[in-house]
Amino acid sequence: MNDTQLRQLAIQACKVRLGAVKAVYSAKSGHPGGSLSAADIFTYLYFAKLRADPKNPKDESRDRFVLSKGHCTPAYYSTLAHRGYFPVEELDNFRQVGSMLQGHPDMKGIPGVDMSTGSLGQGISTACGMALAGKLGGKDYRVYALMGDGEHQEGQVWEAAMFAAHNKLDNLCVIVDSNGLQIDGKVSEVCSIEPIDKKYEGFGFHVIEIDGHDFAQIEAAFAEAETTKGQPTVIVARTHKGKGVSFMEDNAAWHGAAPNDEQYKVAVHDLNKILTDLEVAK
Amino acid sequence: MADIKKKATRDSYGEALAELGTLHDNVVVLDADLAGATKTITFQKAHPDRFIDCGIAESNMMGVAAGLSTCGYVPFASSFAMFAAGRAFEQIRNSVGYPKNNVKIGATHAGISVGEDGATHQCNEDIALMRTIPGMVILNPCDDVEAKECVRAAYAHKGPVYLRFGRMPVPAINDPDSYRFQIGKGVQLRDGRDVTIIATGLLVAEAMTAATSLEAQGIKARVVNIHTIKPLDEELVLKCAQDTGVIVTAEEHSVIGGLGEAVCGVVSASCPVPVIRVGVEDTFGYSGPAGQLLGLFGLNAENIEQKVKMAVAQKAR
Repeated sequence: MNDTQLRQLAIQACKVRLGAVKAVYSAKSGHPGGSLSAADIFTYLYFAKLRADPKNPKDESRDRFVLSKGHCTPAYYSTLAHRGYFPVEELDNFRQVGSMLQGHPDMKGIPGVDMSTGSLGQGISTACGMALAGKLGGKDYRVYALMGDGEHQEGQVWEAAMFAAHNKLDNLCVIVDSNGLQIDGKVSEVCSIEPIDKKYEGFGFHVIEIDGHDFAQIEAAFAEAETTKGQPTVIVARTHKGKGVSFMEDNAAWHGAAPNDEQYKVAVHDLNKILTDLEVAK
Repeated sequence: MADIKKKATRDSYGEALAELGTLHDNVVVLDADLAGATKTITFQKAHPDRFIDCGIAESNMMGVAAGLSTCGYVPFASSFAMFAAGRAFEQIRNSVGYPKNNVKIGATHAGISVGEDGATHQCNEDIALMRTIPGMVILNPCDDVEAKECVRAAYAHKGPVYLRFGRMPVPAINDPDSYRFQIGKGVQLRDGRDVTIIATGLLVAEAMTAATSLEAQGIKARVVNIHTIKPLDEELVLKCAQDTGVIVTAEEHSVIGGLGEAVCGVVSASCPVPVIRVGVEDTFGYSGPAGQLLGLFGLNAENIEQKVKMAVAQKAR
């Protein structure tokens, strides 16, 4: 991808972030911190990587995506909406009674959602099942699972990691949104998961570590994952929680809190500034 | 009945799976290092390419099954009831139940008849746990014929199904040629007007024995086999309440949250009659030969008979 295309993705990611923050603001509820840290990965996957058609979201040959860190629906839904799975206006109904946009992903009601998640540690197992199905059926689709770093405190994650490597699920790519924070504070202080790269390596994964906000690095990592054979890949994406919104960045308090009117204005201003700068740079 | 060879429903499970795998390419079987005990080994031998041993990791197994089901496979995820319904409860609830994924959970070694392994492996809570999951179908067969029918019906049913099998050999109740199985439809095995014994699983045979003994003492007991705990055959339960005025339930499960409470829930709302529950009282099990334990925990014909007499006396008051 050339610089212009990469910048285009950054612009798209900014729009995804704006939609995510708006959804949380509208609902007065939701998880902005981890949504903003993962927004660039969401954007790259849905706008540059996944073989998936918003017009035919159940296509059997599609690449699958599982949001194992299921609370990051603001960015997930914003990405799906901007990609054309459903109208962007739907984001205003996030978390409201009668809305299809449930607090955590609901595969039965939301176009484009491949698996219901929300209880941490479970998504990666379901992604393993999808990848295994691909192997059993000789299909060439790929499966992506986006995980939180704190999520790795769940034992089930390591059951799944062992399973993926044992079954040589090279059609599975796990992405760790390593923003370093969880609800109670720093992951390193609550219950450290590091060295996460060595752990995955020990479990039999091909490990790639990147800056999760650098689209060139994101692109290279996913390309490397796709060409890695005989073992699953994990991309450890080092990110910043709340990325793009000044007062949310690297602040655990914004894991699951909604901005008030004043804060929302600042957030929109921050993101619009980034957007304008990117567009001017074009 | 006595001259028919006894068979454990876990054996029926393994055989039915192997047959199902031959008929349908999309059947896959998962186990958690217990294939020899759950009898999924029978499927493994017949269809090794569609058998996945997940190792001792039941939580992950349920998730893998959920993922497989979204890609067109019909997975039967197997373990002991304790580790399937117990350990992986939340995975079943959130990755299988909530999304209505087409996963079948084959749980063997249910109840106290696990025997010598003792309390940690004797699951008397699985029906209660599974009943709380919206949309979960719960099947608890009483013999070989019914167990195999359950496996076939589970495959044909779209959505989550919990199948409950036992370790201990049980006598044949149903005639393989004439038996017609339908999810959600109870089976009246014997008619009577004085009392209804509503039984499930291995206590169906005990209920029949009790009814024969009671008849000799002038008490005519109706016996109903409830193989589907959920959705419960409410129509049949209410008819029994109306016809006989008193009910005794019998199950190899805790009296809390099982068939007995399900029956109580139905009759208390629409046709309140006394219901006496035979089951494991609010207590853990312990080691011992299965047959002995069933007697010690009152899960046998003698105790059913005694409870029926209590029920009939209560009705007369």
